[in-house]
Amino acid sequence: MHEMSIAASMLEAVQTEATRRGTHVLAVGVKVGELSGVDSESLRFCFDALVQDTDLAPLALEIQFLGWRNRCRQCEQDFAVENYRTECPRCGSVETELTSGNELEFAYMEIEET
Amino acid sequence: MTRVPLERKVLNENDRLAAELRQGFLRHGTLCVNLISSPGSGKTMLLERTLAGFDPQRRVAVLTGDIQTDNDAQRLARYGFPVRQITTGGACHLDARMVEKALAEWRPEAIDLLFIENVGNLVCPSSYDLGEEARVVLLSVTEGEDKPLKYPATFYRADLVVLNKVDLLPYVPFRMDLARENARRVQPDIEIVEVSCTTGAGLDTWRQWIEARYAARGAGC
Repeated sequence: MHEMSIAASMLEAVQTEATRRGTHVLAVGVKVGELSGVDSESLRFCFDALVQDTDLAPLALEIQFLGWRNRCRQCEQDFAVENYRTECPRCGSVETELTSGNELEFAYMEIEET
Repeated sequence: MTRVPLERKVLNENDRLAAELRQGFLRHGTLCVNLISSPGSGKTMLLERTLAGFDPQRRVAVLTGDIQTDNDAQRLARYGFPVRQITTGGACHLDARMVEKALAEWRPEAIDLLFIENVGNLVCPSSYDLGEEARVVLLSVTEGEDKPLKYPATFYRADLVVLNKVDLLPYVPFRMDLARENARRVQPDIEIVEVSCTTGAGLDTWRQWIEARYAARGAGC
């Protein structure tokens, strides 16, 4: 259950950005990858619980979930990894590497028009 | 309403501190190893056996994290190397700030090998970079072979999996081949060693791995 500290880090970062830009933030968008180790529902719960005690409220959290994708080092096929099958579905190579699913990143903020 | 891009990691502050720690380790020629596992997989015992095998002159240090108690630090301090307990007081993982704080009273240039024993947890520690060069995940044979599939985030980021307590294999239904296959499904390049901290089986291989990483330290940075 580290989503609480992650939510706290997010609010800290949004607060910094809001102050820097001198604007009110209405929503924040984040990318959460399948392999990030972060549960989206739990993150939302923690975020909503924490934000209401801050000046940032009401602040919406928009989560974009990104599934696990790998790319083949041999034939460069990019594919969705399902059921932990990391071998290339086209050429069968086991030498594949992650291209998506590792993310725990901010994507955007919705701010008030100035 | 305007949408503005915000391209940064959520754990930017942790990552920034971790990058500073990593640069420090690089500058001082320190190999930092982060040990992660479920509670009770044998991290402390593996460290005890590891410390016992080092020359007393070797410049080794250990940080050990727990939610409460300094029991592990007491166990590890018996081997004569500097040990510091990080008590998180509730947090289920170590973060870079805790490591930075714990290291502050040591002379970083006097440490060649730093082991960080994370809080027993297969989920949360995986998100927090501690500036380590190598990440080791322990899995003991009294757990399920499917741990790598249940906790892919942790196994995906591991450099080495230590399959521990192999002396218990005759008494448990653990299938070693399946555990290896599962770990490789999550990360095809993963290295695996089988050890028993009770009988000492496999510990030479583990020590060789450490020494090889020590000899090659900084190469991947």
